[in-house]
Amino acid sequence: MAKTKPVEHLERVVIRFAGDSGDGMQLTGDRFTSETAVFGNDLATLPDFPAEIRAPAGSLPGVSGFQVHFADHDILTPGDQPSVLVAMNPAALKVNLADLAKGGTVIANTDAFNERNLQKAGYETNPLEDGSLADFHVHEVALSSMTVEALKGIEGVTSREAERSKNFFALGLMSWLYHRPVEGTIAFIEGKFASRPEIVEANTRAFKAGWNYGETSEDFAVSYEIAPAQLRPGTYRQVSGNTALTYGLIAASKLSGLPLFLGAYPITPASDVLEQLAQLKQFGVRTFQAEDEIAASGAAVGAAFGGALGVTTSAGPGIVLKSETVGLAVTLELPLVVVDVQRAGPSTGMPTKPEQADLLMVMFGRNSESPVPVVAASTPAGCFHAAIEAARIAIKYRTPVFLLSDAYLANGSEPWLIPDVAALADISTEFATEPNDDDGVFLPYKRDPLTLARPWAIPGTPGLEHRIGGLEKENETGNVSYDPENHDLMVQLRAAKVAGISADIPELEVDDPDSADTLVIGWGSTYGAIGAAARRVRASGRRVATAHLRYLNPFPRNTGDVVRAYDKVLVPEMNLGQLRMLLRAEYLVDAVGYNKVRGRPFRAAELAEAMTTLVDS
Amino acid sequence: MSNGNGDLVQLTGKDFKSDQEVRWCPGCGDYAILNVIQGFMPELGLAREQIVFVSGIGCAARFPYYMQTYGMHSIHGRAPAIATGLAVTRPDLSVWVVTGDGDALSIGGNHLIHALRRNVNLKILLFNNRIYGLTKGQYSPTSELGKVTKSTPMGSLDHPFNPLSIAIGAEASFVARAIDTDKKGLTDVLGAAARHRGSAFVEILQNCNIYNDGAFDYVRDEKANRIYLESGQPIRFGEDGERGLVQDADGSARVVDVAEVGEGSLLVHDAHHREPSLAFALSRVTFETDGAVPLGVFRAVEQPVYDDLMSEQLEAARERSGEGDLEALLQSGDTWTVA
Repeated sequence: MAKTKPVEHLERVVIRFAGDSGDGMQLTGDRFTSETAVFGNDLATLPDFPAEIRAPAGSLPGVSGFQVHFADHDILTPGDQPSVLVAMNPAALKVNLADLAKGGTVIANTDAFNERNLQKAGYETNPLEDGSLADFHVHEVALSSMTVEALKGIEGVTSREAERSKNFFALGLMSWLYHRPVEGTIAFIEGKFASRPEIVEANTRAFKAGWNYGETSEDFAVSYEIAPAQLRPGTYRQVSGNTALTYGLIAASKLSGLPLFLGAYPITPASDVLEQLAQLKQFGVRTFQAEDEIAASGAAVGAAFGGALGVTTSAGPGIVLKSETVGLAVTLELPLVVVDVQRAGPSTGMPTKPEQADLLMVMFGRNSESPVPVVAASTPAGCFHAAIEAARIAIKYRTPVFLLSDAYLANGSEPWLIPDVAALADISTEFATEPNDDDGVFLPYKRDPLTLARPWAIPGTPGLEHRIGGLEKENETGNVSYDPENHDLMVQLRAAKVAGISADIPELEVDDPDSADTLVIGWGSTYGAIGAAARRVRASGRRVATAHLRYLNPFPRNTGDVVRAYDKVLVPEMNLGQLRMLLRAEYLVDAVGYNKVRGRPFRAAELAEAMTTLVDS
Repeated sequence: MSNGNGDLVQLTGKDFKSDQEVRWCPGCGDYAILNVIQGFMPELGLAREQIVFVSGIGCAARFPYYMQTYGMHSIHGRAPAIATGLAVTRPDLSVWVVTGDGDALSIGGNHLIHALRRNVNLKILLFNNRIYGLTKGQYSPTSELGKVTKSTPMGSLDHPFNPLSIAIGAEASFVARAIDTDKKGLTDVLGAAARHRGSAFVEILQNCNIYNDGAFDYVRDEKANRIYLESGQPIRFGEDGERGLVQDADGSARVVDVAEVGEGSLLVHDAHHREPSLAFALSRVTFETDGAVPLGVFRAVEQPVYDDLMSEQLEAARERSGEGDLEALLQSGDTWTVA
């Protein structure tokens, strides 16, 4: 499809697609993102949807959005403010308009701006007509009726069904406007709807009609080009956090040589991992959809006892139920990876919205002294290596490990330089096969002097039959013991084992090009926003250092030196100051927080403001 | 098992005793069960390392410590879930769950019924003493209504579970009952459970001589009240087989005088019937209702086994897609190359 209109060049664009939950906005956003990825822009996405599958049509709570930020340079966040809003109905306009940059573009589906929908969205007058959008550049497009018109004559497609293809019309229009390649989407339509040729025809025709409308309509005078970004050489793909995490678990299984067992119970936003692993049984993956969260983690512990890589995945409301199993794995000293895709709480909270307020729960949310290593992913693609790292630590140290992600990382996506499989480090371990004490005796709690890990002797190994359990164990023999000194020793040994992992993880890296006095330290999904904010602060001539923790327990061994080296320490978190509490307690530093808990990722602008205020203070 | 020289070594019950001192109260029914199970283990024909005992919490849950096999004393109620993870990843093992009435039917009730409905290859032994022993004498989910205990000084208010009715209601593929002190009956049931592929649920009536002494005297001591079920045979019992069971039109079973109804009217047991209704009717025959207690195998039907089905899916996926290739997986979907 060739273009004839004038072209303007842009460095970056933030588009938000918004419509009813049933309008296919997530699919539209996904496709636009794929086109953008293949084109070679750097990108970041922020899907934002309600927990309700189909909230009442046209209502404010039913609005589903998908934001994509793409640029000709490397970017770190999905963008603070959309520059373009595609509003499929009045509710979508109402919910999203406040976020739109002044002077931004609105593309509105005029067919949906009828009296009934306006009323549902709480508009007394039609915003397309009452002048309230004067600050914006508005394109009124009759998306629904043009789609229905374009699809006339396709056998087997009713006009009601035809109307449902309007998201592909919108996608076609946006693909024209921003010069996206279209072949991928056409191939996608052919694959996804292969069993219904008439739907393939309908969606393809709607998609092309949208593209052609851009090309022919006088309303769109120019189109925009955003040059590919200069990314590091290599082969890329687009990846979401949950997919990267799934692949990371598969990779950990391969690299360890241990069969993967996943115990899980469906929960937003972690279910993708269960669903995706269930499709990868050719990797020897056993997925067990358990009767509840407790059984899911219990089964993973059972599998670990048998020599598998036991994994359980959930979100906060499920993780609370797994506490007792995690405690059991702490005392059994068996490997277990516990994935917490954090979401807004407490209790059920806001299931589809991100938050990072489970840190103290995973640190301390168990009875007694029960230390557990904690690894946190900081970007969607970073979930891949974080999963391998969590498994490595679990296997090597015979311990449960928490892997923290969140709803933003889980659903957000970015280009991923596909790693070279051959370059991934081996994380295999040896099972015990021989007695480890005099007289042919096997002592299940006789530790490796270096790692303090105990031997992993799996059932089926002759001569090493042993019993382990939740009762306190005598050092070395593992026999039940109520001896006071032994209990103190075992508590100390379990703590020392986890603390010792700090020698086996990388030091905390600091980005401090200007020898700043102020350090901004974060963890998890705030990585992008902190980085983008620091760029702005530095561009304003101020000096600021950044560091991002990928290990929360134990902290990297140089963490104390890093935080004590700065006069001022700022800890931005989507919680009320959980990492800040840990840093203050551990290192006696006067760290201050920037804390917002809105169920949305930080905007770079707000963090830049907080940093500027502290730097200037 | 082999001694490493290629010779087969015949194990005995002693080979299954661990070096740990058994710490149940003197006189506890668990001793008898432990002896019978240790004595039975050689019949499995498996090496000790192929056998795993998993338990939850409670007096019964100490069981694995005393077995010279692999074992895990886990958390309250969760043993069926933990054992499920082990059994499905290690189909080569013989996995046994030891549980009690509180462990299996209160805190772990959900895990029990789901393990049974999935038909995971587990042997679940429920030691039922109708009381909480380890926590010192509170009523349990199998305690009779009105039970006066420390936590129910005016009598318990909740109707008890019938463990076999629960298991049969969950469509367990193998359901049986035995008595702690009945060595032959218990050994027979253990053998049948071990031979069964899939979940096997065995209720063992066990005396807690400290907190609920004599709870099963009516069948432990009074042998005439034992109804030994034999598939294919008319159900009769008593010292001279003078009593028997008939099935009424509504499906329920009741005790009759054989001389009165005639031998031809007796209910013929069929443990292999696809429908669980007969087994359920038998589970409703209790000392309280009929003055006698059925023992032995109530139900034993062949059903697809969860672990086998899961292994088959892995095979099918490999046949369809080939052995998983990590590099190909990472490269899947739309990719692009930056030079």
